[in-house]
Amino acid sequence: MGETMTGAKALVKALEQTGVDVMFGIPGGAILPAYDPIYDSSIRHILVRHEQGGGHAASGYAHATGRVGVCLATSGPGATNLVTPLADAQMDSIPIVAITGQVAAAAIGTDAFQEADIRGITMPITKHNFLITDPKDISTAIAQAFHIAQTGRPGAVLVDIAKDALQTPTEYSYPDKINLPGYKPQISPTDQSIKDAAALIVQSKAPVFYVGGGIIRAGASKELLQLVELLGAPVVTTLMARGAFPDTHHLNLGMPGMHGTVAAVTALQKADLLITLGARFDDRVTGKLSSFAPNAKIIHADIDPAEINKNRRADVALLGDLKNSLIALYPELKTQLQKHPVDLAPWVEQTISWRTRFPLGFDLPADGSVSPQAVIQRIGQIAGPDAIYVSGVGQHQMWASQFITYENPKTWINSGGLGTMGYAIPAAMGAKVGAPDKVVWAIDGDGCFQMTNQELVTCALNNIPIKVAVINNESLGMVRQWQALFYNERFSNTDLHSKKIPDFAKLAEAMGCVGLNCDRPEDIDKTIEAAMEINDRPVVVDFSVHRDAMVWPMVAAGTSNDLITTARSLAPLWDSQEL
Amino acid sequence: MDQLNQNPNLHSWTLSVLVENSPGVLARIASLFSRRGYNIDSLAVGPTEDPHISRMTIVINVEQLGLDQVVAQLDKLINVISISVLAPQSSVQRELLLVKVATDERTRSQVLETVQLFRAKVVDVAQDAVTIEATGNSEKIDALLRVLEPYGIKEMVQSGLVAMARGLPAKQN
Repeated sequence: MGETMTGAKALVKALEQTGVDVMFGIPGGAILPAYDPIYDSSIRHILVRHEQGGGHAASGYAHATGRVGVCLATSGPGATNLVTPLADAQMDSIPIVAITGQVAAAAIGTDAFQEADIRGITMPITKHNFLITDPKDISTAIAQAFHIAQTGRPGAVLVDIAKDALQTPTEYSYPDKINLPGYKPQISPTDQSIKDAAALIVQSKAPVFYVGGGIIRAGASKELLQLVELLGAPVVTTLMARGAFPDTHHLNLGMPGMHGTVAAVTALQKADLLITLGARFDDRVTGKLSSFAPNAKIIHADIDPAEINKNRRADVALLGDLKNSLIALYPELKTQLQKHPVDLAPWVEQTISWRTRFPLGFDLPADGSVSPQAVIQRIGQIAGPDAIYVSGVGQHQMWASQFITYENPKTWINSGGLGTMGYAIPAAMGAKVGAPDKVVWAIDGDGCFQMTNQELVTCALNNIPIKVAVINNESLGMVRQWQALFYNERFSNTDLHSKKIPDFAKLAEAMGCVGLNCDRPEDIDKTIEAAMEINDRPVVVDFSVHRDAMVWPMVAAGTSNDLITTARSLAPLWDSQEL
Repeated sequence: MDQLNQNPNLHSWTLSVLVENSPGVLARIASLFSRRGYNIDSLAVGPTEDPHISRMTIVINVEQLGLDQVVAQLDKLINVISISVLAPQSSVQRELLLVKVATDERTRSQVLETVQLFRAKVVDVAQDAVTIEATGNSEKIDALLRVLEPYGIKEMVQSGLVAMARGLPAKQN
C-alpha cells in the first residue's frame, strides 16, 4: 500500500522520482496547491517573469542537455502563455513537459475564473496532452508524459491538473512500467531497409548527406562522422543541425536552404542521392519542392513514420532511432563498398570547388559603422566552439548560423520550425541552467530582445550569468530586408528606433545586469572580451550596427533553389559545363 | 463529394480505427484532420467488445500517397491503438438510413413495394407519409433514395458508415 498524500504532493513526488532537477514556472490560483510541496522539494524551481519565458527556458534546457525541460503555470492566462513555447518545442522536436493548473473539476466548462480549455487549445501543438481530474491519475500521467516527451520523436507534452485533484488525498504509487497501447515507436530499422540503403549508396556517383536536427536529438554525431568518413561524401547541416557535424571538417559544405551556402544548396540540387538523416524536407530547405534535388534518389532515415513521403517520396526509408540506423548501416555499407568500390573524388572535388569559389562573406559598411556579421563572427571566434550560442529569429539568427563555427552538437540553440521571435533570452537562460559550466551567448536582435528581455531579471536574481549581444539595427531586420527586396523599399512598420529608445545598456543595468555599448568597429573585440570577463552577473552588449546589412545568399521564398543569389541580383557565375 | 470524385486520383477509403475509450479522443482526431486539411466523408464512433476501446469508422477521400500520410499521422496520436484500411471486397460496410417519404392513397402501395424490394422496413406510418428504415452499403442506400425521391422526401437522416473486415479479425498495423 502506498503512502497517502495530497495530489499536489503526489505530483511533486512523481516529478522527483522521474528525475526532474529543475523547473521554470510561475504560481497562480489553480496551481497554487502544487507550490506548497515545491517549497520543500529537492527540485530547483526558478521563478520566471512570464510563462512564455518559462516555456522557452525549458526548451533551452532540453536543447543544451538532451533531457526533458519542465515548466509550470497556472490555469487560464498562465496556461495560454505557454502556447507559443509548446508549439515551438513541438515543431523542433524538443522534449518539454508543461504542467498547468486547471480550475476545479466541477467548475470545468462553466467559464469559471481563469478557466481556459488548455488541453483543447494545445491538442494540435503537442505530441500529447492530459487533463487530470482524479488525484490517483497524477503520478501515472507524469510518468507517461516524460516517457512520451523523450522517446520516439521528442516533443512537447502538457499535463493539465484540476485544482481539486491537487488538493484531494490519494494513495501514491509510481508506475513501474509505462502502459500505452497506442504508443510503440519503432526504434530499429529493418535489416532489409539497411541493405537497400547501402545498395543505393554504392550505386551513387554524387551522394550528399542531408543532415537534420534529428542527429542531435538522437545523439548520433559520432556515428554520423564515422559513416561520412567511410563513404567520403559531402555533408550539409540544416539550421537545426548546426554542430551535428564539425564545421571545420573538409566534407562539410555548410547550411542548405533559403540562406544556405552556394555549395550546400547546389550540392543538393546536383546530387543523385540524398542520404537524409533526421531532416524533414522543410520548405525553407527545399525551396520550390517540385524543383528540389530533381535528379536525386532519396534515402530517408527518421524515427517518425509520418515524415516519410510527407514532402518528398523516399526510395528507401530507414525507420527508427538514427543512432541505431547509423550503427546498422555502417557495417553493411562497408561490406557493400568492398564489393562495389565507389570513386566519389570528382564529385567531392566539384562540391568543394563551389565552397571555395562561393564562400560565405560580407562587405564591411562603407560608412565605417559596425558590421553585424563581423560582431557575430568575432563573438564566435572569441568564445570558441565550446560555448553555447542561442539566437532569436531573423537576420541575426541567420548570421549566427552562418558566421559562427560549430564543432559540437548542442552548442547551437534556436527556434527553427516555428520561428519564434524572442526565443533567445529565455532559451539562453534555460541552457545556462542546464550547462552552468559553459559560456552561453544569446545572439539577439533588437526586435526579439524587446519581446522577452524581462527574463534577464530572472537570470540576475538566480545567478544565471548569460551573455547577450543585441545586434541593434533599429529594425525588424529580416522583414526590412524583404521590404527592400520585394516591396520596393517601402519600409512599412519595421523601424523600431531602438538606437534612440530604449537604452539597452541602461535597461540591462536596471535589471541587475551589466550593460555595455559598442558602436565602433575598433571596439568590437575589446567589448566582447570585457563581456567574457563578467561571470557573476548577466551581461548585455548593445552592438549598434549598420541597418542595411542583408542576409546572403538567398533563395527567394517559393522559388527554385537553382535561383540562389549570392547578393542582390547576383547569381553565382558558373562555368557553362556545370549548368 | 461528387465534386471530389471528379478528380480521378481521389479514392474513397474506409479506415477502421481502434482508439482508447478516453475523453477527448474524438476531438484529437477531428483536430488532426482539420489541421492537416483532410476531408472526412463520414465518421462513426461506437463501443467494441472491450469497454476500454472504441472503434471509429472513418471514410476519407484522398490519393493513395495522401492515404499513407493520413494513416501515419493518425498513428502518431497516442490514443490511437491500431488502424486498418478496409477494402470494399474484403469487408462488410453498412450505413443506416431513416427516410420520411410523402405518400397518399395512390402512391402508398408503390412505396411499400419499393421497401420490400430493398429489404428495408417501414417503422412509422402517418396520414401523408411513411418512415422507412434501411441498412446497406452506400450503393444500396443511394439506389433506394433515387427510387424514393420522386414521391417526395420530407426528411431524412443517415448514419456514418460502419465497417468490419470479413473472416478473421483484420490485421492491425
